[in-house]
Amino acid sequence: MDEISNHLQAFNCPVPLSQHDSILIGHGSGGILTHELIKGLFQKLLGNEFLNAGNDAAVLHAINGENLVVSTDAHIVSPLFFPGGDIGRLAVCGTVNDVAMMGARVEALTASFIIEEGFAVSDLESIVASMADACREAEVKVVAGDTKVTERGKSDGLFISTSGFGWLPSGRQIAGNLAQSGDAVIISGPVGNHGVAIVQARGNLGFTSSVQSDVAPLNGMIAGLLDAVPEVHVLRDPTRGGLATTLVEIARQSGVSIELEESQIPVDQPVRSICEMLGLDPLYMANEGKLILILPNSSADRALETLHAHKYGQGAALIGKVRENSSGKLWLRTPLGTTRVLDMLSAEMLPRIC
Amino acid sequence: MTSPLPIDHRSPALTLRLAEEIKSIISQPWNIMEICGGQTHAIMQYGLDQLLPKKIRMIHGPGCPVCVTSLEAIENALTLANQPQVILTSFGDMLRVPGASTDLLTARSHGADIRVVYSPLEAVKIAQANPHKQVVFFAIGFETTVPAIAASIQHARRNCISNYSILPANVLVPPAMEAILDGENRLVNAFLAAGHVCAVMGFHEYLPIAEKYRCPIVVTGFEPVDLMSGILMAVSQLEEDRFEVENAYNRAVTQEGNLAAQALIKEVFEPVERKWRGIGSIPLSGLGLAAKYKDFDAVSRFRLNPTPIPESPLCLAGKVLQGLIDPPECLAFGATCTPANPLGAPMVSSEGACNAYYRYQKGS
Repeated sequence: MDEISNHLQAFNCPVPLSQHDSILIGHGSGGILTHELIKGLFQKLLGNEFLNAGNDAAVLHAINGENLVVSTDAHIVSPLFFPGGDIGRLAVCGTVNDVAMMGARVEALTASFIIEEGFAVSDLESIVASMADACREAEVKVVAGDTKVTERGKSDGLFISTSGFGWLPSGRQIAGNLAQSGDAVIISGPVGNHGVAIVQARGNLGFTSSVQSDVAPLNGMIAGLLDAVPEVHVLRDPTRGGLATTLVEIARQSGVSIELEESQIPVDQPVRSICEMLGLDPLYMANEGKLILILPNSSADRALETLHAHKYGQGAALIGKVRENSSGKLWLRTPLGTTRVLDMLSAEMLPRIC
Repeated sequence: MTSPLPIDHRSPALTLRLAEEIKSIISQPWNIMEICGGQTHAIMQYGLDQLLPKKIRMIHGPGCPVCVTSLEAIENALTLANQPQVILTSFGDMLRVPGASTDLLTARSHGADIRVVYSPLEAVKIAQANPHKQVVFFAIGFETTVPAIAASIQHARRNCISNYSILPANVLVPPAMEAILDGENRLVNAFLAAGHVCAVMGFHEYLPIAEKYRCPIVVTGFEPVDLMSGILMAVSQLEEDRFEVENAYNRAVTQEGNLAAQALIKEVFEPVERKWRGIGSIPLSGLGLAAKYKDFDAVSRFRLNPTPIPESPLCLAGKVLQGLIDPPECLAFGATCTPANPLGAPMVSSEGACNAYYRYQKGS
């Protein structure tokens, strides 16, 4: 590939980016077009001292005693723009949230872009601008990046892969295997909005609604939460598979059972209605701006108060308890007083027919 | 944001009161079959069976449309989907149903052009947008899906969209009820009839069935209060030795049903013999295209001619669909057959009895 790139580079003219309204194979050549794309778009929108240094890698400075937390996530979403966000905001928030869920202070991201030949530069620019907005909000920097271009038809518009880096204060332990019997289970707001926004944005439902993706960086809210309530056992974002799948994972990891009160689980009415119409279950729909919090019951009120004070936690609710039962099962108590077991999502959710 | 129970038909107080009333009038064991998979799903989702007296056994009927679609129909769909000039369109939950060789989702991963649609009219739009392709809609479902399918065919005819056709696999509820009541080991004492089917078809078709088989039939809906009311009315009839057709779903269903939709169905389709997966062939239990619309039949357009296919001996779906056994009585249930790897169709759809049991009762 490098050979081909060098070969191509020799024939490339130094044309300003503004003269191309779509991505060319040459934008991935490593040559002049690539440099223009980096300078004219990525550094313009995402630039900082690390990225602008133009080195092969960035150097992050550790503070004594803190541990490095690393996470990585590839983002593919169709459509690229959806109500409430786009793939750029998703790529930043998804990875920021994964690092933050460990209780770490998120410091930096890296981002790789795989772009299909012919992709509109204006779309790329709005997506990268949206990443920049999300980075400002999350107070993180993109410190390294990469761009590759595939031939037309070899990929689907744009894929973005991001890795996140953060520092974990020594002694802080937050993980999926630390839920304890008697703990309270809190969700930071209504569930299912991102999943429903995506289903709807695919555009063949024949109706529209006000549902927007909840995609948001949660590291700020988590920092405030951990200042006020350091005794948190588990933090996790219920993304793919939704609230139910994530709680089953936690129950299994911790060797406990979890019991939810169905009537306490917040679901926005349009989300509920669309799910009912399509035979989908909001408890299994993806979220991109919610967290599950498990902590000692005695701290639940303080945690709720802190969450309610943050714009991304206004709908936070206590939804269940961790039970002393090593079955690893998730139970749902219905408003009728009956109970049922919730399992992980088996496969792709498929709308049922009538 | 609202509470999860925004409407009256989900009132816990009312549901519990109805359950108490059922307990107070029941004197002997009764088997009640809910026909519709949507009702099976709701019973499991709300745990309504936990509120009923032990004397009532709910039998989960064959009303899951993807579950009863025959292996031959699925093989036809796969044959079509694998032709390079064909775009196969289907309702979503049909894609994971295992056929004899594979399923449509796997065929799609191997390159077949298979698209999920929410309505057959969407399939016609795909045909318009792809004039050089043949677009086939996999026409499955009960009476509820038929009016929209009929409308799609009329729309295609009116607009001269000649590259659209359907693979007819629709089925009808009343003949299946009769087949169950005619069975050698009749277990069913009363039926809950499917509310949405009756919203289209009315319930006049059920009057002779109730009379002939001395079997109470109660039309009902999908919410806890609907289902509990339906069960209460069925138990009342059984205890009083009545066998009538009653309607617990007045807000959606009338005796005559949706006459315009029925006229549309009659114009485009005619009753034909159809094979039900796990049950076998039932006379006049399916809908084929009427002579006037035969040119929209993908079976003749593509000269499909599948041979009969035997079903997996490990899967007891047929017995489950007829109420002869409960899903956990099948050796494959939860072991070799799970929603992630279904052997038979009732494990696939959220409306399938095995899937509902697995999701809501496993390990309880």
